[in-house]
Amino acid sequence: MSLLESIRIALNALAVNKLRAALTMLGIIIGVGAVIALLSVGYGFEAYIIQQFSGLGSNLLFVFPGQLEPGSSPIRRVGQRVQPLTLGDAEAIADPFQVSGVVAVAAEYSRNGTIVRGNRELATYIIGAPPQYQSVRNFNLTLGEFISQEHVNARSRVAVLGAQPARRLFDADEYPIGQTVKLNDVPFRVIGVLAEKGGGPFGNQDNVVIIPISTAQTRLFRAPVVRGELAVSLIFIQAASQEVMDAVADQVTALLRERHRISFRDDDDFSIISQSDLIKVFGDFTAVFTIVLGAIAGISLVVGGIGIMNIMLVSVTERTREIGIRKAVGARRRDILLQFLVEAVVLALIGGALGIAFGYACSLLVAQLAGLNTIVRLEAILLATLFSAAVGLFFGIYPATRAAQLNPIDALRYE
Amino acid sequence: MGGPSDQILIDARDLVKIYRMGVIQVCALCGVSLQVQRGEMLAIMGASGSGKSTLLNILGCLDTPTRGEYYLDGIPVATMDDDQLAYVRGRKIGFVFQNFNLLPRATALENVELPLIYSGVPPRRRRALALAALEAVGLADRIHHRPNELSGGQQQRVAIARAIVNQPAIILADEPTGNLDSRSGEEIMAIFQRLNAERGITIILVTHEHDIARHARRIVRLADGRVVDDHPVSSPFHVVAAS
Repeated sequence: MSLLESIRIALNALAVNKLRAALTMLGIIIGVGAVIALLSVGYGFEAYIIQQFSGLGSNLLFVFPGQLEPGSSPIRRVGQRVQPLTLGDAEAIADPFQVSGVVAVAAEYSRNGTIVRGNRELATYIIGAPPQYQSVRNFNLTLGEFISQEHVNARSRVAVLGAQPARRLFDADEYPIGQTVKLNDVPFRVIGVLAEKGGGPFGNQDNVVIIPISTAQTRLFRAPVVRGELAVSLIFIQAASQEVMDAVADQVTALLRERHRISFRDDDDFSIISQSDLIKVFGDFTAVFTIVLGAIAGISLVVGGIGIMNIMLVSVTERTREIGIRKAVGARRRDILLQFLVEAVVLALIGGALGIAFGYACSLLVAQLAGLNTIVRLEAILLATLFSAAVGLFFGIYPATRAAQLNPIDALRYE
Repeated sequence: MGGPSDQILIDARDLVKIYRMGVIQVCALCGVSLQVQRGEMLAIMGASGSGKSTLLNILGCLDTPTRGEYYLDGIPVATMDDDQLAYVRGRKIGFVFQNFNLLPRATALENVELPLIYSGVPPRRRRALALAALEAVGLADRIHHRPNELSGGQQQRVAIARAIVNQPAIILADEPTGNLDSRSGEEIMAIFQRLNAERGITIILVTHEHDIARHARRIVRLADGRVVDDHPVSSPFHVVAAS
């Protein structure tokens, strides 16, 4: 008996009891639909994260004080003092004779703070930054200008507002440039407003206020002095290209170890993380997230498969006499086995096909409601299809084997 | 070629079938030997429990004997496994049952095509053979009817069409008229006699009705798992084709 013949017989058998077939398929439809929809959310989330990191600026390396190795806890070694990074470190990195392949270096000194204007107040993140910060971090201005070298040299009390503080502190018809705001009770003149950027790996990139780094270090906050230089929180390094990033990181490591006088036995007291490291770390996290989502959805597929097995067992019992007749006229065991197996797989595959459509619709709905760009990938569809076929096969084997092993004499007598 | 051994279709020697019911062993057949020539039409008679159904199952390759030898058309079937038996059933044997045993949701044509599916006949030829078989039993105008749209006699004719569609050497009929009124029963017996006379198909009937058995040319009686009587019918009762 050919496979085509088996499929025809299976479709006929399913057509006899359409409601039952539909309900059985429903389990698979929901299962496959859930796999497709949840995986699309997971993939969409991954893509969102990657996009956020890319928006940070290109070919970036971040230098943090202390060990921030992803995966390991930031517990310092006993007896090893962590030295903060300093402006001198940033200047040394920017020196092309010491580190090659660097386009721009920007240090920041940042603290949490409050911004007040009149009776409006907002908790925000105050970043002291040099002029290069704008290009390194990819900030665009909607109004005014960014911090200039003169502002840094003069330790001016000027501020560039992020999109969020600008919106919260100023009405739509007010022109913020030239107005005065108070940062931690110190008055500052607004000279610029940043364009909207969206959330990022270091929190909300829109709820920030940027002031000259010298002002932040000495006038607004009191930055510690190490080796006669002012400390910074973080150094951004923009490399010339993706290819030189590893080389830059190696040179920076050697330079900072020397500057921090770290003996060869000791670990670095700073960490250099590249954008791709961050994407990888968060990517690993989101991949786990996606797998968990998929696994949860997979459970419903297994439940759907048990539904198929249940119905197939009922079907075998109901059709005992039919099996007897088929055997009497020459059907071999494998003909009967194939017939019921194909029936289960056809159930699962039709359910799978409808489930793909259902899952696709669900992912579009999520995209509409949550604003997340859900992605239905081909491999998710293949996975769901293969899985549903496997479910049909696996849960069809037992009922089909039972059918195939029926004794024709007993089967013919069955009432 | 043409020797006497070629004429023997069924050669069963000393068939024994023992059923185990817990610790008790029940002997359903206790040494039955039976030889049937090609083209014979015989009736097996016996009270219920005489072993006639067991004998029919073994002769029909639905079951294997506990002991004994059975050659069907020269093939030793007593030692075959399930799938080999299925192969023999599909090509050598046609069954007709008391309760017709048609697939309720299939049309007459689909029911008749069923054995051909399992012997690997391609669809087009399958249809032609099934149509010819239905024509042979006088149901050419009912091919798209389902069993529940047919009378008992018509259903049994579909079953006979199914039995002959593979051109079997032998038809085994188990109480073929048991569920029919006497007029339909006569029609069915007429068809059997015609198939036997015109196509030389060997026919074995199992029945407990003497009137039906008289249509055969030889009657074998069973009692308690043994053959107690085996004699030819001197003047078989022939049905005059219904006018």
